[in-house]
Amino acid sequence: MRKKLTILSALIFSALTFTYAQSPKGEKGTFALTGATIETVTRGIIQNGTVIISDGKITAVGANVSVPQGATVIDCKGKFIYPGMIDGGSILGLSEVGSDPRTQDYNEVGDVVPQMKALTAVNPNAVAIPVTRISGVTTTLVVPQGGLFPGTASLINLHGYTPDQMYAGFDALVMNFPTTGRRGFFDRRSDEDIKKAAEKSLGKINEVWEKAVQYHKLDSANKGKVTYYPELEAVLSVVRGERTLIIEVNASKDIQAAIKWAQEKKVKKVILSGVAEGWRVADEIAKSKIPVITGPVLSLPTREYDRYDRAYANAGLMKKAGVTVALQAGDRNMNYRNLPYHAGFAAAYGLGREEALKSVTIVPAQIFGVADKLGSIEVGKSATLFVCDGDPFETKTQVQHVFIEGWQMPMVSRQTELYDEFLNRSPGVKK
Amino acid sequence: MKKLIITFLFAAAVNLLYAQVERGNVLIKGGTVLTVTKGTLENTDVLVKDGKISQIAKGIAAPAGYKVIDATGMFVMPGIIDAHSHAGIDAINEATAPVTAEVFTGDAVNPFQIGLYRALAGGVTAIHAMHGSANAIGGECETLKLRYGVKDPELLKMEGAPRTIKFALGENPTRVHGSGNAIVPRTRMGVEFVIREAFSEGKAYMEKWDAYNKAKTQKGFRGAPPAYNKRLETMADILRGNIIIHCHSYRADEIYMLLNVCRDFGIKKLVFQHVNEGFKVAPELAEYGAMASVFSDWWAYKFEVYYSTAYNAAILAKNGVTTSINSDDGELMRHLYHEAAKTQKYGQLSDDEALAMITINPAKQLGVDSRIGSIEVGKEADIAIFKNHPLSIYTVPMVTLVDGVVRFDREKDADDQRIYVDPKQTIDVTLHTSTGHDHETCMQGAEYTFVRLFGLNQQEK
Repeated sequence: MRKKLTILSALIFSALTFTYAQSPKGEKGTFALTGATIETVTRGIIQNGTVIISDGKITAVGANVSVPQGATVIDCKGKFIYPGMIDGGSILGLSEVGSDPRTQDYNEVGDVVPQMKALTAVNPNAVAIPVTRISGVTTTLVVPQGGLFPGTASLINLHGYTPDQMYAGFDALVMNFPTTGRRGFFDRRSDEDIKKAAEKSLGKINEVWEKAVQYHKLDSANKGKVTYYPELEAVLSVVRGERTLIIEVNASKDIQAAIKWAQEKKVKKVILSGVAEGWRVADEIAKSKIPVITGPVLSLPTREYDRYDRAYANAGLMKKAGVTVALQAGDRNMNYRNLPYHAGFAAAYGLGREEALKSVTIVPAQIFGVADKLGSIEVGKSATLFVCDGDPFETKTQVQHVFIEGWQMPMVSRQTELYDEFLNRSPGVKK
Repeated sequence: MKKLIITFLFAAAVNLLYAQVERGNVLIKGGTVLTVTKGTLENTDVLVKDGKISQIAKGIAAPAGYKVIDATGMFVMPGIIDAHSHAGIDAINEATAPVTAEVFTGDAVNPFQIGLYRALAGGVTAIHAMHGSANAIGGECETLKLRYGVKDPELLKMEGAPRTIKFALGENPTRVHGSGNAIVPRTRMGVEFVIREAFSEGKAYMEKWDAYNKAKTQKGFRGAPPAYNKRLETMADILRGNIIIHCHSYRADEIYMLLNVCRDFGIKKLVFQHVNEGFKVAPELAEYGAMASVFSDWWAYKFEVYYSTAYNAAILAKNGVTTSINSDDGELMRHLYHEAAKTQKYGQLSDDEALAMITINPAKQLGVDSRIGSIEVGKEADIAIFKNHPLSIYTVPMVTLVDGVVRFDREKDADDQRIYVDPKQTIDVTLHTSTGHDHETCMQGAEYTFVRLFGLNQQEK
């Protein structure tokens, strides 16, 4: 009898896993996540609390919340609920295989191509998307790369079948500030050549900006009936203070120059991105009140002679000086899933756990102007959150449920599927 | 007799080198000792005498003249071993032919690289300084101990460590030689042929020498010795079992191919490097006794790693393959303890299993497990001390010792590590681009590839 039962349960189990594996689709509905420790980020920690998800939104949060009829109850006793983590800059969906240019759509021809839109080239079915989201990273800013004005970045949630379904309500024009640093060990240009190239590039940026200012004047005078000029049209919204400008900048001198540039040009909405040497000029950044998206945290010091842990400590040192700091994982091998570890290292080297948590949730949401929807567990916000069995920054922690805009994500990716297939491969050595 | 004299001289040379290496007398008090091989010991002292672990017990009194390190509340683990690194050497790829078994990274050791110190600051005490992956058969590699501060390159070498050699399969050798120079190999078929041919030639060479050596002991022998050839000499030494193969590989088919080639030539000492698809042939690897040294989670940087899984290490380990986690990278190398912890996220390995991936297992793969890789009496005192458990994200490496000598101490770490100033240098920032392409340092030295990829070092038109 017992044997029969075992076989029966084994059959049921395999049938269940079979159906699970066959439908890696999101589920929408009303969900009650009960009995969890909820780190709301903005409103403290709730013990033994419940989160109700309905129609894509968080409809109730608290210790005394009743479960609506018909809700799918997920017992989260002993578990933790966090808002989905937001990565402040990636090429997720814009690149599939690093060494193959045919799969890369983040770097268009030309130094000045601000009219290019990252959102349009996002592949909603990129293999890296489920790999990323099942680790609790639910939202990312996809950023075009290269040249001076590579295009427009967009914030996306990591679920949907078209770019528009993924769009999370924020766009920004991207500028790569001319650098006076070397690009890596392979960069063998002379110091003079580097300086000249940087000056030339800044001249080009200024030229574009002046043209855009003229374009703004013409456009305003002619009530929008100017000649088609896509490059300037893209910069126009920044000139008018409607759209944010993200300035990618890393070396300390360049950061100072970028701040000065933004102030001189009276750019209203600015974010600095990268900011690897931010700790060197942290006070100046703080004084400018320009927010920063820094990372990767797990990286080498920018200079040979710098203390080994500068990159780990950078976020904390900037925060201490009063800079608003959000994080990005950087694109090391499509591992945006490691964002919590970048946050964890920043926490251990001076940022502290609480601020580190904010730097991947509410702070980026605020910087991107979407804090009414994302970044914390609050009633009325988008149900973009995850459930895990421990501190989300601890390496061994298992993320067990992920919701994106109220959709329950299947906890599978190609990487988990390969695990399931190959852990106990059949046939083994002998067929 | 001649042989005896040579052996004696060699032993004398090794002894001379041994004598020059600085060795410490230390007592590490009150830490939680993660021995890796013999469990975890709370509130335990480790006594180091003349660079070796002499006692592990509670309440050891410090002998006179011993340095005392208070590790109360901290974690004491074996120094981390990186089985795949290119740090500490100034030349990586001799990318001039598909087979360059005659070269040796030990000829290009640079003890002044700041990367060595940064690795120490991540608890690393020994690294496998490897030849690159441009060639199907690259050069011999060197096992280094991170005695950062010594000026003599010889003192950085782990004296008496077994010889190892780099092999490489797949995209790198086929790209460099087939696509780059239009010579075999351009495909994985070509790679197999190149390796078989090299072994066959090595075998013929070995047989010729064996025949000659046998014949010359006969009375009245008259004849010339066969021509000496360093490349074939190395191939012969692999066949004799004197050199461990460390093979850069990704795809399951090419891994399986090399198993078959090695089986045909009777080669047993075989470690696969990277081996991203090792999980697909884990039973075959286990059956052969081949080992695997992997990335924790790197993938998608090239096509042959597109079908990777971060569960690779766990699948290999659970199938009985001796597995380590390596860096192949100056940055990753600094937090191998965190990379090892990823086997707990991806596969839920135990603390000891995870720690073994960066200590005793890489030691086995380099053939030095009798000397380092765990905290045991008699072993060399390569030790890392951490604040918090080394598998926790909140850990911080505090002190690193090599041969009982403190080579890194966070409390005494300087803000400015400058040891020389170049008065002409005004641009001193080296920013490694955050938008990388192919992150393998394995291809360093095959520079025209970088020029082609990045369009660098060319005049702007």
